[in-house]
Amino acid sequence: MPAKRPQPRFPEPDTQPFWEATKRHELTYQTCDKCHAVVFYSRRHCTSCGSGTLTRRSSQGQGSVYTFSVIMQSRHPAFAELGPYAVAYVDLDEGFRIMTNIVGVNDPTMDIHCGMRVKLRWEDQGEGELSLPMFEPA
Amino acid sequence: MPQRRDAAVVGIHEYPLRVAPGISPLQIKAESAAKALEDAGLSWSAVDAVYDTGGDQGIGGLGIAEYFGLKPRIIDTTYVGGSSFEFQANHARTMIAAGKCNVALITYGSSAHSDRRAIGTAGATGVGPVSPINNMEDPWGLTLIGNYAMVKTRHMFQYGTTNEQFAAIPVATRRHAMRNPEAVKAMTDLEFVGVRDLTTQDVLESRLIAYPLRLLECCMVSDGGGAVIIASPDVARNVRKKPVWIIGGGEATKYRENNGDITVSAGAQAAPIAFGEAGVTPAEIDVLMAYDSFSITVMCLIEDLGFCKKGEGGAYVGDGHLVFDDPRKPGLNTDGGGLSSNHPGQRGIFLLLEATRQLRGESTSQVRDAKLAVAVGNGGQLGSRHATAVTILAAD
Repeated sequence: MPAKRPQPRFPEPDTQPFWEATKRHELTYQTCDKCHAVVFYSRRHCTSCGSGTLTRRSSQGQGSVYTFSVIMQSRHPAFAELGPYAVAYVDLDEGFRIMTNIVGVNDPTMDIHCGMRVKLRWEDQGEGELSLPMFEPA
Repeated sequence: MPQRRDAAVVGIHEYPLRVAPGISPLQIKAESAAKALEDAGLSWSAVDAVYDTGGDQGIGGLGIAEYFGLKPRIIDTTYVGGSSFEFQANHARTMIAAGKCNVALITYGSSAHSDRRAIGTAGATGVGPVSPINNMEDPWGLTLIGNYAMVKTRHMFQYGTTNEQFAAIPVATRRHAMRNPEAVKAMTDLEFVGVRDLTTQDVLESRLIAYPLRLLECCMVSDGGGAVIIASPDVARNVRKKPVWIIGGGEATKYRENNGDITVSAGAQAAPIAFGEAGVTPAEIDVLMAYDSFSITVMCLIEDLGFCKKGEGGAYVGDGHLVFDDPRKPGLNTDGGGLSSNHPGQRGIFLLLEATRQLRGESTSQVRDAKLAVAVGNGGQLGSRHATAVTILAAD
């Protein structure tokens, strides 16, 4: 069995609520109560106006590939034997951009393109542990 | 605005080796500092400002002045990755102009090759600081090369830029490297496959490291270092060689944003500040020293500094614009660049060194009548967060 991927580590109060929600398969983002900006990744303040009043919301998990790379060579033990795998930025329809993996394709160098519609696919990391939000073709 | 000549590069040294086992980064810095001061004809104790990316002895920059045995009035350990040296050069110029110091020393040393650091392919280790950024990015297996590759993917999609056009960058800079004996030795010592001029086909057939970036679009990992001495006009008038004036500086940072355009670097914000201060335009520049961690870095910087319109970099670089002896200036990375001469992890200092050699008339690929040079450093990682600084230099 390959080594486990590097996992988020806590305590880290900004992103902890985001990762806690993944245990319930909820992909969350924030909006500012004052200026309505979309804030991502999770923070305690609005990155547009500095307000400390934000609302956490759940995404529908639909979006499109903004850009991607296919990693052919990684020395990290969790990824070294994986074969080519795709890392991407996905733009969710709610207006936030997340780094993620694109899965569920045959050849990531051929089957992924910018603008492609994708949908959320959870990759559970173990019983009671967090889940990684990945994406596959919609 | 009238052009100001408040500070000048008066001494330089590039550590000659790229494979240097048994010598430490601190030792490379001290040796380079001594040789740069000798180049200027200045004494060790003349240094009254120390700029260093720090960290060799812990606690940021504490330890560097002590190691050198200097008592500076200014200590600045700005660290933003490979562009740190353009930030520091700009800061030194400002402090000299403000009368806070007269002789500023910028040093760099690294043993990245001998330490066998897999900078480009190691990926997130999950052992960095516990932070929001690391928590959001560690799990995906993104390598440093993959980070830049994501920018190339988007550039190709958004503007139709081709792999052939990207290849023009390593092909041109390899030609410069083959004329530079230290670069030839670097490639030989680092056991490059084929120490010779490159063709477009060589680049396109080299192996994929992180799609769509191929091996020959990626910089080397070497040992090395160097030093730059920047001085006030009073000092500059009495040094051994002609001063090279710093006439403009600008800096900016950029990061992942919702709806942001990943193809636009922080150079787009930094360049107008620098060119505005210098009172010159990109069309007047003879030599462009642009941070070439990867082909895509150069593509973005050429566009964002205004050498061509955004998105037209492919056509611009693809038509022979880049080589030192093409009548259409500027010549690009005339020492061979990070792709083919020197990249120990943070290349920024070498941009200042070669820009100075060009404006002194000392380059191995000398651009004819070179009067103006731009050094543009890009540090951090282009696809996520990075810092760009532009330093514009003028011959005496």
